[in-house]
Amino acid sequence: MAGLTSLGNDLYTGARSVNFVGRRKIWYLISTLLVLVSVLGPVARGGFNFGIEFTGGSEFVVSGVPGGDQALATDAVTAVVPDVAAKVSTLGTESIRVQTTQLTDEQTRQIRQQLATDYGVTPEQVTASFIGATWGQDITSQAIRGLIVFLILAAIVMALYFRTWKMSLVAIIALLHDVIITAGIYGITGFEVTPGAVIGLLTILGYSLYDTVVVFDKIRENTLGNGADQTKTFGQQVNLAINQTLVRSINTSVVAALPVASILFIGAFVLGAGTLRDISLALLIGIAVGTYSTLFLAAPMYAQLRQREPVIAKHDKKVLAEQRSQQESVSA
Amino acid sequence: MAKQSSTRSAWRPLIWLLVLIIALIGANGAGVLWNGASWTPKLALDLEGGTQIVLTPTLQSGETVSPEQLTQAVSIIRQRIDAAGVSESEINTQGSNNIVVSIPGQPDDQTLARIQASAKLDFRPVLVAGAPSSAQIGPDGATITPSYDPSLPNTPSIAPSNGSDLNWITPELQSRYLAFTCGSDAAAGVNAAPADEPLVTCDDTNTVKFILGPVELDGSDISDSTAGLITTQTGSSTGQWAVNLVFNGAGTAKFADITARLNGLQGSLNQFAIVLDGNVISAPATKAVITDGKPQISGGFTQESAKTLADQLKYGALPIGFEVQSSDSISATLGSTQLQSGLLAGLIGLILVVVYSLIQYRTLGLVTVFSLAVAAVITYFLVTLLSWREGYRLSLAGVAGLIVAIGITADSFIVYFERIRDELRDGRGLESAVENGWRRAVRTIVASDAVNFLAAGVLFILAVGNVRGFALTLGLTTIVDLFVVSLFTHPVLRLLSRSNFFASGHRLSGLDPVALGAVYRGRAQFAAPSAARVSAGKAAKSAKEAARRQTIAERKAASSDTDVATKGDD
Repeated sequence: MAGLTSLGNDLYTGARSVNFVGRRKIWYLISTLLVLVSVLGPVARGGFNFGIEFTGGSEFVVSGVPGGDQALATDAVTAVVPDVAAKVSTLGTESIRVQTTQLTDEQTRQIRQQLATDYGVTPEQVTASFIGATWGQDITSQAIRGLIVFLILAAIVMALYFRTWKMSLVAIIALLHDVIITAGIYGITGFEVTPGAVIGLLTILGYSLYDTVVVFDKIRENTLGNGADQTKTFGQQVNLAINQTLVRSINTSVVAALPVASILFIGAFVLGAGTLRDISLALLIGIAVGTYSTLFLAAPMYAQLRQREPVIAKHDKKVLAEQRSQQESVSA
Repeated sequence: MAKQSSTRSAWRPLIWLLVLIIALIGANGAGVLWNGASWTPKLALDLEGGTQIVLTPTLQSGETVSPEQLTQAVSIIRQRIDAAGVSESEINTQGSNNIVVSIPGQPDDQTLARIQASAKLDFRPVLVAGAPSSAQIGPDGATITPSYDPSLPNTPSIAPSNGSDLNWITPELQSRYLAFTCGSDAAAGVNAAPADEPLVTCDDTNTVKFILGPVELDGSDISDSTAGLITTQTGSSTGQWAVNLVFNGAGTAKFADITARLNGLQGSLNQFAIVLDGNVISAPATKAVITDGKPQISGGFTQESAKTLADQLKYGALPIGFEVQSSDSISATLGSTQLQSGLLAGLIGLILVVVYSLIQYRTLGLVTVFSLAVAAVITYFLVTLLSWREGYRLSLAGVAGLIVAIGITADSFIVYFERIRDELRDGRGLESAVENGWRRAVRTIVASDAVNFLAAGVLFILAVGNVRGFALTLGLTTIVDLFVVSLFTHPVLRLLSRSNFFASGHRLSGLDPVALGAVYRGRAQFAAPSAARVSAGKAAKSAKEAARRQTIAERKAASSDTDVATKGDD
């Protein structure tokens, strides 16, 4: 791992560098493709698979079964509708509550019958009803309102701190990019969208912006008082800044991803489907995409936006001419 | 000398941190000893279970509930529960009539009242006030109990001109008033009337019986309500709780009209009644025309009941009344295996983080490990405190959020360490590298944490339900991050930078200038300017100047390298 330290040295001096800014068209293309897949994938699959917390569903209550085994209920549901996961809990001391996605009347009748048989009670002791969403429209609309207010405020705060609205703009674009791709994973894999998954998505929103601010702060520092560094174009300065924080980006994303990856591993392979798997998948993808978008999308876009400014364009022209003449003298 | 005092200044934040942690633990301990708090955080519905309360609407015959009313009621109940703390309760509809409220733990009566009271607030002028009982002393000295005769005429013979007009009292109403018994009749729900008709009811202590005029103002005209202590004109507190209302524009105008009219009347007609769910909770006399739209409701409130009513009024009345149909304990929806696996996974993740930090930063990685440990301790006790004071409950999503916070917290250290390394690469000595690296890193850390904190704040204020719980977790970990990096990581590094092991740039210290390429970059070149450095600005300039010379030379030397690197990354 000493490799990363010496890589860090070379990245810092510019001896080695990844051409983030220069090859931006490739990254833009990759990001565009990813976003397209994330939008079209779910559409092709027929939309998101929302959990009963969002859609409501069917509820069965089996009464008169003190100490009843919850596994019986899960089995009874899968026996009738194989691909439906049931949420089972005990109610009071002698009832079992089973919640599933919305079922047809026929399925409901069959499950009632099955539950009664399995628990050895009469069908009358199994009640069935429809339940509404616990994550109602009001939570969604309040959350969206909150997010919009936050994004506006965050854009203003960043614009004030960085002294340019262009950083705010590209940071928000990168953020949308990350959220769309992370959400797209759910649509594509058909993983259930639970409140946990939405919370995961919100976490990614925070992480994405956080990561962008950290890297942009280095760019701000390097390009401060532009014109002082006469050997590099603006784009080259930005590129050096990203490369100088590259070791940080790698280390941070690894450190952030390790615990999440272990949750995903345990959640998916040891426990099977469940809240843990749902949340950690969103988080893992989001951390990866969030780091990627800062380096490959936000920073090059920022450089591109600023390059058109007359002062910077003039500076770049001069620097490029100088660099060319130096190269000529070297080759001569 | 100077060295000693700066050592002392490095110890000071560490002592503050220790004080902070002891204070947190102490507050928690005090809570455990005297207030029934616990050393562990309370868990949310998904992990611990709780109580499922089924509410069913109280409907008069022929009345039905529309889906819109039910949705509206769910939303209002959710806001009321949120106002009491961050418990991540679940509220949904069941069938076409019922509302199911699932809350963690055992609800007390206060909580139940908070949830189900419809909180319909009306302002009605008082027409008649009298003794609470229906029993009267007859002409012959015997006690007679008048009975209600519904066949009497119930339309006013002369149309009433305003809410205080006694023409509202028809023979039928008079008979109903005389027969009304506070307590029994009120409990039976007889004290209900359409908003445009007079109402017979009592106050909530059953000591006064009223005939009230039609509703002139209701809860929908309230824009805000808060609970507070009543203060006298001199500003001293009376120790009694009241609910302070703020009307919106329309409400203020209407209220001014009412008080203007009542102010000129005598006796009971001078009073207006504040009616909550059919009972008069206060019937103050009008002493002045109130034009600012900020009345106060007083009358036997405790702090708790004043806050409950204020919250209920703020979030509006339920469109229909509800009563508890059933209340059952409910088991956790996620098995305890989920929490255990989550914690196990978190532990494995942490160990991986420790291993990675040690490989990457050698001994310096230990600072990361200890910093994370300090952050974990502070977070744990903050969560426990919040779960005691604010009803915060830890759900599985919350646990996952805390695990992700490891990344964001560790990032602060990584940003800081990389800055120190950058300074070392520029040829600085370790102590000044630590100071300069910190100055640069802290800007970045504060800026990025500010964005996170903004997200937490906005979502906490505006969002409801689970999203609010998330916001609290995010805000919490962000603050802890700032505290730990400035009160622990930085002071520890300052102290370490004076130790021989680090100052000599030991190979395993993680801050070895040789490994960091400082020598390769021509240390001799830097040594002179760094000794003569006056200001940080100048330092940066000369470093840049040197870097420029360097880069041109290096670019030629390493141009083949560059190609390999970029190709490798394609």
